[in-house]
Amino acid sequence: MTTSAVSPPETRLEPAQPGWPDATGHFGVFGGRFVPEALIAALDELTEAYRAMRVDPAFIEEFAALQRDYTGRPSPITEVPRFAEHAGGARIWLKREDLNHTGSHKINNVLGQALLTRRIGKQRVIAETGAGQHGVATATAAALMGLSCTIYMGEEDTRRQALNVARMRLLGAEVVPVTTGSRTLKDAINEAFRDWVTNVETTNYVFGTVAGPHPFPEMVRDFQRVIGDEARAQVLERLGRLPDAVLACVGGGSNAIGIFTAFVPDDGVRLVGLEAGGDGVGTGRHAATITGGTPGVLHGARSYLLQDENGQTIESHSISAGLDYPGVGPEHSHLHDIGRAEYRAVTDAEAMEAFALLCRTEGIIPAIESAHALAGALVMGRELGPEALLLVNLSGRGDKDVETASRWFGLGDREHVEPGAGMDTDQQPLEGAVTSGDAVAGQDAGESA
Amino acid sequence: MSMLADRIAAARAEGRAALIAYLPVGYPDVDTSVEAMVAAVEGGADALEVGVPYSDPGMEGPVIQEAMDVAVRAGVGLPDVLPAVRAVAAAGGVPVVMSYWNPVERYGVDRFADDLAAAGGAGAITPDLIPDEAGPWIAATDRTGLDRVFLVAPSSTDARLAATVAASRGFVYAASTMGVTGTRTTVSSTAGELVARTRLVAGDLPICVGLGVSNGDQAAEVARFADGVIVGSAYVREMLDGRGAEGVRALSAELAEGVRRAGTPA
Ligand SMILES: Cc1ncc(COP(=O)(O)O)c(C=O)c1O
Repeated sequence: MTTSAVSPPETRLEPAQPGWPDATGHFGVFGGRFVPEALIAALDELTEAYRAMRVDPAFIEEFAALQRDYTGRPSPITEVPRFAEHAGGARIWLKREDLNHTGSHKINNVLGQALLTRRIGKQRVIAETGAGQHGVATATAAALMGLSCTIYMGEEDTRRQALNVARMRLLGAEVVPVTTGSRTLKDAINEAFRDWVTNVETTNYVFGTVAGPHPFPEMVRDFQRVIGDEARAQVLERLGRLPDAVLACVGGGSNAIGIFTAFVPDDGVRLVGLEAGGDGVGTGRHAATITGGTPGVLHGARSYLLQDENGQTIESHSISAGLDYPGVGPEHSHLHDIGRAEYRAVTDAEAMEAFALLCRTEGIIPAIESAHALAGALVMGRELGPEALLLVNLSGRGDKDVETASRWFGLGDREHVEPGAGMDTDQQPLEGAVTSGDAVAGQDAGESA
Repeated sequence: MSMLADRIAAARAEGRAALIAYLPVGYPDVDTSVEAMVAAVEGGADALEVGVPYSDPGMEGPVIQEAMDVAVRAGVGLPDVLPAVRAVAAAGGVPVVMSYWNPVERYGVDRFADDLAAAGGAGAITPDLIPDEAGPWIAATDRTGLDRVFLVAPSSTDARLAATVAASRGFVYAASTMGVTGTRTTVSSTAGELVARTRLVAGDLPICVGLGVSNGDQAAEVARFADGVIVGSAYVREMLDGRGAEGVRALSAELAEGVRRAGTPA
């Protein structure tokens, strides 16, 4: 392994792996386009414009400048030794996407798609959002570039992510609560597609993850791959070696693909996606699409999904709105089927314990989404032992989750503190604070995902 | 041979366009929905689109979504359409299934084709399946002789119109407006243009127009240039408003009068 690429590489948007997707957006048997004919022209227009844009030096320069001056890239990597003590002594480094402007990796993709919107001459953008991070990022880019912006958000999510609803409105976006179906992310996507097919002349759909019809999985991956390109160079520079495993949470899969892509050719590096296990995959109340789902078609692509025997999408469950999605990007399904990446489930409880642990040991409040990756690292560290080097994508910060976490841990409501539920409001020593975290992070690795 | 094309040709021989009704199975329950389908045929519909309830119907407006939601929640799915297909056929209508793709894939593409053919179905309309992705479905329908109806839209390029028409059998579905299903107060001007563009490449394949037709006058307007008039949300509206099979029968009669009034399609 050479260490020549010591500084963060130039913005790269070329296809990462020869072989996928093919020209029509297939990753092996997954991906493609399963949409009404009415949308094909718009998808073709996007594909062509994107293909031309990604090799256009003027675009590459403008995109790189935005990433540097607006987003704050490159994001640093941070070692978390006190956290790692709970992971069998493995070394753990975080890729700090939480430090990006707007607070998550979502901005990487949105800036690219907003530039593309301008290039195809459309004045309005729409987007779906679950946790609200993609909605906030889209509203931000729309404000920056003078586009009008409508965000579809499941009514249920507008309640649990009220802070982000307010942020989007401050940024000038219209937020439409979606009241059909399960009133969460999947229904927000349906409504956004309905808006798009009706207003496609004037409107571009800024899709938030590596799912959906071609070209979204490819395009969003290319816009997110900067995470892994930077992190790979940073780890090589700092440590002179590659990590043993790269971990990321998987909702639709964009932050995971973003950090995986640079490492896909590195056979010795394990790629590990952590899905939302909710109450536990065995309970049926979860969002672990690859772990607990089957191949099918949802939202315009073939991929794994949660479905019943009639092919109806099953409602997912997760404490994390950003992972609460019954589908997953087709490239993940492909990476799973060819054995290049592995997918595991992390329960709500495990994620919240890792969340608390990172807060108390490192002074970093993670997004609950990202806490799933942290929980995975606690388990993997113990599996791989003290020699292991783990790279974890900290995809977002936890400001938006403060209310959910306060409720979970019973903070600010002393009447409802459940003993052993996690944090206590008293200033306690670390060991007290993470008592139940140790039940997962502790000796009995077998009981965790 | 094609059951749908034959029926459309028979209508033409009577000097009119065909009337194609849509109702989803399972609203408000399976039996009542099947009664309504039979009433639609008895009232004058030539063919009936038997809708498969689906959890994520991306092309539907609020009316059809509402009915589908109820059916999905009650656990109604693709297996329930086969008895409906038989009932429609027994009433003298041509049954064609309308299904989003995932329920078909879940049921099994070949198994679906076999069971549908055995039940007397003409074939299926697949609103989110484009010919580019339809390899297994094209093979299964070729094997069983079923019709396969793909959609064209005002945004389709000439090349896509040609490819879609070439892949279709029975008829090609011209989605008249850019948008989702629902009743509209006027027939969109894009409908005529789309049919004219499609005609140039369609050869003998009939062209039927859907999206937004809700009354006899609109049906008459569309019937002047299309081989068939497809009406969905207006039928479902009868059911949502509780008028049931009798409302459906009356709507069919009004629409059938409309297509007769228009005469032979241009
Ligand atoms: C911080 C954060 N991480 C992860 C996700 C999940 O999305 P993806 O799997 O596309 O990265 C979200 C989605 O909202 C998010 O806000």
